[in-house]
Amino acid sequence: MNYRIEVEDLNVYFDEAHILKDININIEKNVVTSLIGPSGCGKSTFIRTLNRMNDLIDTFKKDGTVLLDGNDIYDPKIDVVDLRKKVGMVFQKPNPFPKSIFDNVAYGLKIHGINDKDFIEQRVEDSLKEAALWDEVKDKLDKSAMGLSGGQQQRLCIARTIAVEPEVILMDEPCSALDPISTTKIEDLIHKLKKDFTIVIVTHNMQQATRVSKYTAFFLNGEIVESGLTDKLFMEPTDKRTEDYITGRFG
Amino acid sequence: MNRIISPKNAQKIMKTVFWASGLITIIILLIIIGYILFEGLPVVNLEFLLSDPIDNGASGGIAPMIVSTIWVTLVAVCIAAPLGVGAAVYIMEYTKENNLVKLIRFGSETLASVPSIIFGLFGLAFFIVFLGMGFSLFSGGVVLAFMALPTILQVSEVAIEAVPRSYAEGSLALGASKWQTVSNVILPAAIPGITTGIILGMARAMSEAAAILFVVGASLDMPYSIFDPGRPLPLHLYTLATQGTSLANSYGTAAVLVILILIITIVTNTVVENYSRKMMGR
Amino acid sequence: MRENIEEFLVEKGLLITALSSIIIILLIIFFVLSQGAQSIQSVGFFNMLFGMVWNPDANQYGILPMVVGSLGITALALLFAVPLSLLCSIFMAEVAPNRVRRLLKPVIETLAGIPSVVYGFFGLVVLVPIMRVHFGGSGFSMLTASFILTVMIMPTIISISEDSLRTVPHEYKEASLALGATHWQTIRNVVFPAAIPGVITAIILGMGRAIGETLAVIMVAGNVAQFPSSILDPVRTLTANIAIEMGYATGIHYSALFATAIILFLIIMILLVVANYFHYKKKVVIGGGYL
Repeated sequence: MNYRIEVEDLNVYFDEAHILKDININIEKNVVTSLIGPSGCGKSTFIRTLNRMNDLIDTFKKDGTVLLDGNDIYDPKIDVVDLRKKVGMVFQKPNPFPKSIFDNVAYGLKIHGINDKDFIEQRVEDSLKEAALWDEVKDKLDKSAMGLSGGQQQRLCIARTIAVEPEVILMDEPCSALDPISTTKIEDLIHKLKKDFTIVIVTHNMQQATRVSKYTAFFLNGEIVESGLTDKLFMEPTDKRTEDYITGRFG
Repeated sequence: MNRIISPKNAQKIMKTVFWASGLITIIILLIIIGYILFEGLPVVNLEFLLSDPIDNGASGGIAPMIVSTIWVTLVAVCIAAPLGVGAAVYIMEYTKENNLVKLIRFGSETLASVPSIIFGLFGLAFFIVFLGMGFSLFSGGVVLAFMALPTILQVSEVAIEAVPRSYAEGSLALGASKWQTVSNVILPAAIPGITTGIILGMARAMSEAAAILFVVGASLDMPYSIFDPGRPLPLHLYTLATQGTSLANSYGTAAVLVILILIITIVTNTVVENYSRKMMGR
Repeated sequence: MRENIEEFLVEKGLLITALSSIIIILLIIFFVLSQGAQSIQSVGFFNMLFGMVWNPDANQYGILPMVVGSLGITALALLFAVPLSLLCSIFMAEVAPNRVRRLLKPVIETLAGIPSVVYGFFGLVVLVPIMRVHFGGSGFSMLTASFILTVMIMPTIISISEDSLRTVPHEYKEASLALGATHWQTIRNVVFPAAIPGVITAIILGMGRAIGETLAVIMVAGNVAQFPSSILDPVRTLTANIAIEMGYATGIHYSALFATAIILFLIIMILLVVANYFHYKKKVVIGGGYL
């Protein structure tokens, strides 16, 4: 088994509040793993622990280990900045910078020191193509990103993340702010991307989980109740709580 | 991107630069206040505060100046507060963002950018020349009211805007009239902010000298009514310092002013915050 | 019925208070113009504005030396104050830990509240002698005045810029950090550019305060009504001109001082309009949520 991320006995606290309890999960390389569960049960907190975005919150504390390719990402010797280059994130609400479309995608390259104009132009084009946005924006790369529709903005954010060539892409409910057509486009995109990237996606939408992911983990009240192959989890859940959630008895 | 310095090093350098800038700002304040208090506090004692100046201020105290300041500030606040708060209430509660409101805002912003000396000229032209009044603290107070008005208006506006709409809706749903809602629900909730605004306006009035230079006269006598001439503290400091009358008393006067401002800053930061915490049930 | 009358009166009463700011500014304009009109008519507006000699005894009312004085001191003050203030505001908004920020805020407020005469006094007794020792001359100069003004306008620029930085949506910051940018890269490329409209406003207001300052400048600038040949020369500002001479001015001289005030106000208005133009231009270019 080729695991990109291994999480062992992870506990997360914000001050006294115990948000994640004894999380154990392994994320396989180059597949899509989805995290499902009702609101407020810790899915977003978990995913933000994987790229240390929770460090931004004063009250964050953790126990347990999170390994990326065998290395503990919370080791003091680890450079957070490098980590975030390897583990990218797409947020729930599209958040392009108030800059041009081109500059948005080029941003990641520029801050990592790439200056070669031709290289940047090519990479921007490739990323936008991979994100299935190129045809729609190729004639207006210098226009503000804020003028795009919600779905386009989210694909732009994905292009921006891809441009940096991460190994893992974390997606925190990337489609929940979008209309059904944009959602479909992004799900197709995720299928394409998994060839090159390991993807972890938080989603509220169980159909989405079945459509895109190989593995699924069900979060409830800060714990992983059940995880495994998506098909199996949805067809024959072993835990009653999973079954109740899937059949819509709560959540 | 500057490749000569790596981003990580740039980060470290800039962090130091930022901390330095914060430190420099604190140091500047400490130097100025520290020096003035150091030289001035020894001069300030009860006698200094309560007795009259002797010999044109070369020795003696500053009692009339303190009273002048009180009179002038009182007049200013009594005029500016109702006007400013009233205007804010009207804009926020009784009308929509129409052209009149834009005009009022423009008037207030323009008023805020008028230099103090021009207020001084206005005072001269209006009170002394046009109305033919003699020197009086009252005229000074009115001019200062005009200066403080924009501050009180803007801060009150923000305070009223911050009151949650649900309070007003609850009151109106019970059948209260507009004015009842404003006076019983909205204004009380906005009081911490409004008070801050009034205090800030008051501090502005208290600190001004150029605006009242031509209307309050130069009298060293105790003003027994607001229609007497007088010499508020900033004006006294200016006169003593530029005429070289008494360095010691200059420091003393400056120290008193600094302490007043410190008290005001502390009051606005702590007392008002505590009140709002109580009111909001935090 | 009675209630309705009360409501009506209250509303109209409040309307009158609301109109007060308009009425007052009109009053001020009227009275200042009325007193200044005489000299503008007899001396001529452009003769005054571009006249190079101010000598009321010889009937000369050129205020150009004072215009240069005012603009020069303001420019210098901005040169010193803007970098330091922006650094400090970024420090407060982005870098400082909460406790330090809570300490710094009242410090800035206190600096803002200190009366200008106190600053002028400090300049007079502390800064002027130092300048005399280090730079020669009397110590009263354009440079001295600009140092004092720098300290006076910093609180304005800092507090408004800081507010502007804090209102930048923190999604932008998160997006940048998530791509692996350092904090400084994020500030420099995303947070600060987004705050620029507010920063420009802050600088404009600081500039307005500097040009309008009177007594503090009088106490340290030297007040000689001549063109300065270097920043170490004494100068007289438009504001100082008015304050110093009004005490004994009569006739045309008196009216000319009012005219000085009118010109001062016009200069301020022009600077505000120009600067506001850049503010809105930047706002539009950034686009998105800032319109």
